Amino acid sequence: MRFQFVAGEVAAGLRRNTTMVVAVVLVTFVSLTFVGAAALLQSQIGKLKDDWYDLVQVSVFLCPTGSLMPTCAAGEATDDQIDAVRDVIDTELADEVEAVYVETKAEAFDAFTERYPNGYQGTQLTEDDMQASLRLELADPEQFAVVSDVLTGRDGVELVEDQRAVFEPLFRTLNVATLLAAGLAGVMLLAAVLLITTTIRLSAVSRRKETEIMRLVGASNLFVQLPFLLEGAIAAVTGALLACLGLWLAVRFLVTDWLERSVDWVAYVDSGDVLTVAPFLVLVAVALAAVSSVVTLNRYTRI
Amino acid sequence: MIRFENVSKVYTRGARPALEDVSVDVQRGEFVFLVGASGSGKSTFLSLVLREHRPTRGSIYVAGRDVARLSAWRVPKLRRELGVVFQDFRLLQNKTVYENVAFALKVIGRPRSAVRDTVPEILDMVGLTGKEKRMPTELSGGEQQRAAIARAIVNRPQILLADEPTGNLDPTTSLGIMRLLDRINSTGTTVVMATHDDEIVNEMRRRVVELSDGVVVRDEASGGYGERESILPDVGRSAVLDTPTGSVRRLSAIPRPGQPRVRAFTRGEA
Repeated sequence: MRFQFVAGEVAAGLRRNTTMVVAVVLVTFVSLTFVGAAALLQSQIGKLKDDWYDLVQVSVFLCPTGSLMPTCAAGEATDDQIDAVRDVIDTELADEVEAVYVETKAEAFDAFTERYPNGYQGTQLTEDDMQASLRLELADPEQFAVVSDVLTGRDGVELVEDQRAVFEPLFRTLNVATLLAAGLAGVMLLAAVLLITTTIRLSAVSRRKETEIMRLVGASNLFVQLPFLLEGAIAAVTGALLACLGLWLAVRFLVTDWLERSVDWVAYVDSGDVLTVAPFLVLVAVALAAVSSVVTLNRYTRI
Repeated sequence: MIRFENVSKVYTRGARPALEDVSVDVQRGEFVFLVGASGSGKSTFLSLVLREHRPTRGSIYVAGRDVARLSAWRVPKLRRELGVVFQDFRLLQNKTVYENVAFALKVIGRPRSAVRDTVPEILDMVGLTGKEKRMPTELSGGEQQRAAIARAIVNRPQILLADEPTGNLDPTTSLGIMRLLDRINSTGTTVVMATHDDEIVNEMRRRVVELSDGVVVRDEASGGYGERESILPDVGRSAVLDTPTGSVRRLSAIPRPGQPRVRAFTRGEA
């Protein structure tokens, strides 16, 4: 295999088809930017979950006085009832629940007064207005449904609440954004495949005489097709690298420099995440080029 | 060197076969003319040797290989044993003569030193020394064909296939090309040449295989071109205008005294 010859052919092909090559670069650039954005959104969601799910727990609210729930018909939860619930947690839910913290009415009141030192909306509440609860830390936060099923309806338990539910709207939004980006990416990727196919075809047709001679004098299939393969691959990979650069700049300036400064209590994706995504984008580009090339070349430069 | 055993080739199902039950055996070092009207199967014959198509039935052996059952990835190896020349030369217009010939070696991965050594040698053999840097458009038809022949033989193939190599050339130039092919043949290369040029065939007196409607109708050692009239509609200008001895029937039939031959030709064609 003569590297120099192939390189020369590739360079000639790229020069001859400059506009098409630029089009391929741009389309792969845009499509892979969307792919990368989708990936970064997902990793942002992952980061938020990691961060926040550690902070939030499942709250098992115990019956206060005067609750209307049927399980609270006996009035405020007694120590016996609480022990029974803790027993269930220790036995039936031993795998799911990692730790149990008890929040007494006094602790709840302390937390409340710390947050609202001047009373809540003008009312002065006393310790007796508070509600005792058990805070459960789950081994796997996704297992909430199991925990809820087991504990709901037991005597002394008013309500089992997954505090993660608070974040659901945010995650849903981010997921929808991911889907949107992925959808756009899909359309653009399709456009990229078609464009690469067309470019390779143009290139193949404009060099049909060369390839015909190559076939006749016994050049191997690979040797005939390699320049076209490389052309497509170079254009697509260039697009991918641009996409990586674009994402890196966006994360660097939009997220790290701006968002992180204005809202600083959230963990954000950083340029390191872009570097994690980058190899995949390049891989996708290579795969795109490979698929389009194989389809086209089998039709246009067959032995 | 080339053996066809009961070869048939049907391009489209149900259509008349392009070749039907053809059996031909070409020995190493032979020079064979393939003659016959257009559509008689000459080109199909050559394309089967090149393994551009597979035969519908029968076996073909080329340079010791069973071509009909040759897998696709082995085809390039086969073609390196073959040189091909066409009526329309098929030189790459954006390359010089030297580059055109070198191209054939480069694309099969020959080292640069081999290219540097072989190409001038071959160009000298075909008589193009001094014209290495010319572009194909700056060459006469004969010179272009010489360059094409140089490209075909630069890899020292065992077999040279020529598809009407003189079809676009005047008789004098054709003669030069034939001398060249003869010389290549005398170095041991098997030559199979499809042609319409009766003068050349008659003069060279080599083996002649005549095809008609895909069937071998004649296989004669040191034969002539054969009956002219059966292929009259396909005769090119050289046969009518430039052949002093052949085509007696046609030449005497058409031109009247005082009428220029060219007009007679055009009328005859129409």
